[in-house]
Amino acid sequence: MKPKIAFFDFACCEGCQLQVVNLEVEMVDLLGAVDIVQFREAMTEKSDDYAIAFVEGSITREKDIPRLKKIREQATILVALGACATIGGVNCLKNFQPADEVRKYVYGDKADWYETFAARPIDAVVPVDYYIHGCPMHKEEFLKVVKSLLLGKKPEIPTYPVCVECKRAGNVCVFELGMKCLGPVTRAGCGAWCPTYRDNCVGCRGLIPDPNTNAEKEVLKKNGLTVEQAIGQFRIFLGYSEVAK
Amino acid sequence: MRNINIRVDHITRVEGHGDIVVNVKEGKIEECRWEVVEAPRFFEAFVRGRNYTEVAHITSRICGICSIGHTLCSLQATESALGIKVSEQTRLLRRILIQGENLQSHVLHTYFLAAPDFVGVPSVVPLVQTHPDVVLRALRMKKLANDLCDVFGGRTVHPITPTVNGFTKLPEIKAIKEIRKRLSDATPDLVATLELFKTLKIPKFERETEYISLKSKEEYALYDGMIASTDAGTTPVENYRSWTNEYLVPHSTAKYTKHVRDSYMVGALARFNNNYDQLSPRAKKVAAELGLKAPCYNPFMNSVVQVVEAVHAVDESIRLIDEVLDKGLKEEDRRVLLKAGKGVGAVDVPRGILFHEYAYDKNGVCTEANCIIPTNQNHANIQKDMEALLPQILDRPQDEIRLSFEMLVRAYDPCISCSTHLLKVEFV
Repeated sequence: MKPKIAFFDFACCEGCQLQVVNLEVEMVDLLGAVDIVQFREAMTEKSDDYAIAFVEGSITREKDIPRLKKIREQATILVALGACATIGGVNCLKNFQPADEVRKYVYGDKADWYETFAARPIDAVVPVDYYIHGCPMHKEEFLKVVKSLLLGKKPEIPTYPVCVECKRAGNVCVFELGMKCLGPVTRAGCGAWCPTYRDNCVGCRGLIPDPNTNAEKEVLKKNGLTVEQAIGQFRIFLGYSEVAK
Repeated sequence: MRNINIRVDHITRVEGHGDIVVNVKEGKIEECRWEVVEAPRFFEAFVRGRNYTEVAHITSRICGICSIGHTLCSLQATESALGIKVSEQTRLLRRILIQGENLQSHVLHTYFLAAPDFVGVPSVVPLVQTHPDVVLRALRMKKLANDLCDVFGGRTVHPITPTVNGFTKLPEIKAIKEIRKRLSDATPDLVATLELFKTLKIPKFERETEYISLKSKEEYALYDGMIASTDAGTTPVENYRSWTNEYLVPHSTAKYTKHVRDSYMVGALARFNNNYDQLSPRAKKVAAELGLKAPCYNPFMNSVVQVVEAVHAVDESIRLIDEVLDKGLKEEDRRVLLKAGKGVGAVDVPRGILFHEYAYDKNGVCTEANCIIPTNQNHANIQKDMEALLPQILDRPQDEIRLSFEMLVRAYDPCISCSTHLLKVEFV
């Protein structure tokens, strides 16, 4: 029997689920290997009988918690999909402003209608088995993880920084081009996507294990940022981690 | 006299979370409501304090499907605030990117999200078995559009290269030539798409409303122009607030808008009604074959207009690419002189006209932000359509009423994640 998989989302742009649809021809192969039983963005048919759950998005409301816990209870394997789910991502930018002020700025005198709390990654609420990082996630990495899970193997996710892949790609370091890059402390696996297109890494894949973030902050300072601005660089995607506080 | 009780929690095959509620008691309509229940995300609040170079990358994350449109609209607003006029080369490359996104999004919507209703299946998945040629064609066309976006933007979902006053990296001529060839080879797929959509039976329903889109003297407007309305002529994009008039309703986390009437419509059908004359000759022919004539007042036809716009996107991309190949590409000076200011951007993205507005201080730090998203502008119109449609179909079986309502909502191609972050913010 084919394993049953399901997709769920919380606060996010649904771009990672779009990446699944963007698999294009491999999508047909995927459908041959698994049974997708729930995928609201693309399907009406729906079943709560699934073994692997892919969850996109951050947790931002009290009512998200029981929903996520129910998914955790049902799923044998729970995979966090994309930066909002794996590290909190851009949603956590709001955590640095007073919650009431944020609601008032967007919803004016009706602010009370809109429930929200500090945005967080899903492993702040339930245990997560595997992570597919990135904003958006890399569709090849998604396929790789799915293949590993189907074979009963632990998916291999790089523990070295983006700089390694960037060097391998033969890029000119973007610091040399005057940019401020988080590549030295960010987990690889994207093929140095942004620096290859001459943009700086913003850390969307999260930090490597034991990152030397103090050294990174020094590098950012040496390249013209104030301490505050250096921390600000980390806040775009890494607002939930200690380094951004 | 009958009772009808329909509650669709989280309608499927749309982007984001929305509910439909219909309650009829002894033949009398008690409730008929479109609700938006997406988690609010507060982008306007949290881009404040960010540097002008980062704002487009952050607001791109409002929506995965229209991330190119958000990026370009955001860049326009920032450039307007900083007093930057981009080069013709930059404008040309951006216009190709927005065509690529329109094609990508329309293929996704027409084939994957809307079409299953017409063939009576719950999703594209069963079609893999029964109609593999159709599914493979849809995937091929989607890949073509994604690859077009990759060539010009570095990435389809959250593009990398578009930046303030230009591109971080220019596309390679070799890649441009390859994608041009694939675009011109796409004709058989476009013809087959036309033939498929000719066979679909679109519900007969009409409700005239106000249609708002961009309009330009130069072309079928997507990237820039004036705001145009079928009721009220044109106005510069800077006047967007007085044309959108956002307001809040208690059952929805998204904002609603209105202009001349109680509601208005944006998106492919609105563009078609305002700018039909500027479609490519082939797109006009396709429109005629699909029985489309401007003005069209049937919201279900929005998906059909998307097929017309997909053909136009291919034709227009080829025309613009030829201009690129003719002129060549050169690295340009992207340096920016910072100054305090505010500015508005407007782009007609797949689901309709989108506005971003920002204010910056003299150091290029964002101090105010406001985004008005297409789907928000459609919420009130969806509601009004439902109210008009329900009495016309009240005698049908409940399941059929439910399906009609779902199809109506899907026809708008709503992008609900997008729509939950706005509001009016008064800039000082």
